[in-house]
Amino acid sequence: MSTTASLPTLRSWDVKGWGLRAVALSYLAFLLLLPLAALVQDGFREGPGVFFANIFRPTAWAALKLTLWTSALMAAVNGVIGTLTAYVLVRYRFFGKSLLNAVVDLPFAIPTLVTGVMLVILYGPRDLLGGFFHQHFDWKILFAPPAIVLALLFVNYPIVVRSVQPVLEELDFAEEEAAATLGASSWRTFWRVVFPAIRPALLSGVLLSFARALGEFGSIVVVAGNLPLRSQTAAVYVWGEIESENRLGASAMSIVLLACSFTLVLFVDWLQRRKGRGRG
Amino acid sequence: MAKSHPEHRQNPWVKYGLITAVAAYLLWLLGLPIFTLIRHTVEIGAGRIAEELWQSEVAHAFALTVLLSLGAVLFNGVFGTLVAYVMVRQRFRGRALINAILDLPFAVSPVVVGYMLILLFGKAGWLQGLAEWTGISWVFAWPGMLVATLFVTFPFVVREVMPVLEEVGTEQEEAARTLGAGGWKIFWRITLPGIRWGLLYGVSLTLARALGEFGAVLVVGAGVSGSTETATIYVYRAMEERMFGGAYAASLILIGFSFLLLLGMEWFKKRSNV
Repeated sequence: MSTTASLPTLRSWDVKGWGLRAVALSYLAFLLLLPLAALVQDGFREGPGVFFANIFRPTAWAALKLTLWTSALMAAVNGVIGTLTAYVLVRYRFFGKSLLNAVVDLPFAIPTLVTGVMLVILYGPRDLLGGFFHQHFDWKILFAPPAIVLALLFVNYPIVVRSVQPVLEELDFAEEEAAATLGASSWRTFWRVVFPAIRPALLSGVLLSFARALGEFGSIVVVAGNLPLRSQTAAVYVWGEIESENRLGASAMSIVLLACSFTLVLFVDWLQRRKGRGRG
Repeated sequence: MAKSHPEHRQNPWVKYGLITAVAAYLLWLLGLPIFTLIRHTVEIGAGRIAEELWQSEVAHAFALTVLLSLGAVLFNGVFGTLVAYVMVRQRFRGRALINAILDLPFAVSPVVVGYMLILLFGKAGWLQGLAEWTGISWVFAWPGMLVATLFVTFPFVVREVMPVLEEVGTEQEEAARTLGAGGWKIFWRITLPGIRWGLLYGVSLTLARALGEFGAVLVVGAGVSGSTETATIYVYRAMEERMFGGAYAASLILIGFSFLLLLGMEWFKKRSNV
């Protein structure tokens, strides 16, 4: 950090420096900003009234609510399990640890559509788990909200782990040890000493997985299908509107999704910068 | 790595209880689905799989996926490194905001990405003129699918190269400059070797995401069999048409790629951390 913190601003004759900057920023502008601007312009083409009317249509509103609560549920579960995984990976030495550490990244490497295919087989009525839940509890998992939550849990598993793990590694053991020596239970030590230290990283991880879950498509379209009002999420709704050439409906929902991701990404960035300053 | 600590302080019940809980969760979440997919693929049998998979459209789909992924690696490898360089080595107004925006593709829905490109290049879009002038059809064709893949994979190389560039610092580059080396030579001899493991880690993440991309390329390319159908779109179509042999086997092939990439990632990540 220290070597680049005090860089001088480019001098006017540094043609190469200006050239590099121009190319880099143009690539960013064309690839990222131009499509975003085109979408926002299209969504508000007919004015804000039409935009909101498209959001509050029953199918659109139901899709948005379903997306929000399934993503929130996944993010909460992921926060607990992800913290637990990171804690086990950092604190303990055990047989198979490096394998476990590598396996954590697997959901990032597997195409999300393939995740959907695997879950359809596993929770389908003809296989082990699906048949079991169907017979004993009369739970239908596929083409219903539980399938959406399961798919989101699979796809987003690594995010919280990889967010909390580096912070736990930096953490000093002395405080934890002191608390333990003073007779505090493991549980109490965790809440009083470890948890406050990892809170910002945990919050970033949970929010990022929530942001990513809002837009998830590949795995959900396979496990939940496209049943309006029942199992249709916001991303699948957008796809349906594109297919049926309802451009205003597609644009309105896309803008809502985009606004959510944008806000969350900016907030997480702010959290991380604040954390960085606190440490320095 | 974690600092060493006395093991005897740890309550073994808590330790093994927690390890068992995590292992059981991962077996259920990741292990069981993969195992079930393999079991069902084997049950279907090689004969039916070969019959469904041995089609020219399937070969075309996999070839398109490979080409799009290589395109993503090439463009985002070069421009991602460039963007990382400018972000780390230069200071300018709006840099903090750009730094925040870099992660945006990670959070934007793939369907929305594809849709934005249709709006941009399609009828009455801002770049429709460009599309006509170049004579290339972008929407419902591979160029649009490449742009979609570039969008979704953009953050990986930038995010992996930036911290490594900061770590490496500028002393060696300055020294080479003092000795009279040119900018290009400094980049090839000093900067690139310094960031190579971070770059390769970013490239393997890019490759993994590009191989598995579905929503964005489906929307912008419309998934026409034998033309704009990628490997993942083929799996989706095979599921819809109940050609389970082809769907499961193609899924397993994609998972095979994922495992290879995962091995590469672990290898590169270890080196980029040193």
